[in-house]
Amino acid sequence: MTEQASALQLPAYARSLGITIASMDERGPILTVDFGPNVEGRPGAFHGGATAGLLEAAGYAALRVALERDERRHGSQPQLKPINITVQYLTAGKQKQTFALGRITRLGRRNANLTVEAWQDDGSRPIATAVMNILMA
Amino acid sequence: MSQKDPTAPARFDPEQAAKYFFRHGHTGWLGLRYCAHGNNWVELELPWREDLLGEPDRPVLASGPIVSLMDMASGMAIWTTKTQFIPVATLDLRVDYQRAARDRASVFGRVECYRMTRSAAFVRGVAHDGDRDDPVAHIAGVFMVIGSDPRTGTALGQKSEMPHD
Repeated sequence: MTEQASALQLPAYARSLGITIASMDERGPILTVDFGPNVEGRPGAFHGGATAGLLEAAGYAALRVALERDERRHGSQPQLKPINITVQYLTAGKQKQTFALGRITRLGRRNANLTVEAWQDDGSRPIATAVMNILMA
Repeated sequence: MSQKDPTAPARFDPEQAAKYFFRHGHTGWLGLRYCAHGNNWVELELPWREDLLGEPDRPVLASGPIVSLMDMASGMAIWTTKTQFIPVATLDLRVDYQRAARDRASVFGRVECYRMTRSAAFVRGVAHDGDRDDPVAHIAGVFMVIGSDPRTGTALGQKSEMPHD
C-alpha cells in the first residue's frame, strides 16, 4: 500500500461495516468490503444500503485523495458535507468481495461532482453506480 | 384492493415483519426498529450509534446508514401498500440531504409508496430526527417488481386487481 493510502482515514461507519482500502493507483483509492452478515439483505445478496455505503465511502475517499494531491489547497482540508447521492442498482450483489472506485467528474472550489462504480468479479461490469454532489466547507 | 379475498395469505404486517427482518443481516446490524405505518407508508427508526459516524472530527451520522434506513422503509412501504410481500429490487434511490442529523439523535425514516404499476413501485419519503417538518433528508426511489405471484403462479401485472393498470 502506498503512503497516501495508509494516510487515508476511513470514517467510523465505513470501518464498522468492514470497508477497507484494497489498493491505490493513479485513478485513486479502491475500497472493498467482503460479503458477510453485516452487509446481507435478501438472503445471499448485498443489502442495497450496504452497497450504497460502499459507493459513498469510495466517493469520499476519492475526493479526500484528490484534495490532498491538489497543491493549490496548500494542504488545508475542508469538511465534506453530502448534498445528494443517487444510486443506480444494476444487478444483485452476490456473496462475493465487492470493490468500488470513485471518479471526480468536476472539482470546483465549493463543491465536487463524482461518479462511483461498484463491481465484484469484473471491473467492466458494475453492480451499482452512484452520482454524488459533495459540499466542501 | 379493498375486496376481501378469503384465500389470500396473511396480510403483510410491517410491525410483525420487522421482528423477523431486523433480527439479522445488514438491518439487524444497524439495529433498525419499527415505529409506525399507515395504508401506504412505513416509518422506521435508526438508533444513534457511535460507530456509525461519518466524519472523524464531528459527531455526525454517516449518510450510508440513512440510505439503508430509507431503502428498508421503502421496501416495507411497498409491501404494506400491496398488503403482501412481493420480491422487489431497488432500481434507483436518490437522497437529498437537507442538514446533518442532531448529535446522539435517532433518525426516523418515513417512506410512502405513492404509485404502483405492473412492474414498478415509486416511493418518496423523509428522514428526520424528531420533527417531520424539519427533515434531515428527502428521498425518492423506484423499485422493480420481480418474480411472479406465488398465489396464482401468474406474473405480477397480469393480475387485474392491480391499481392503475
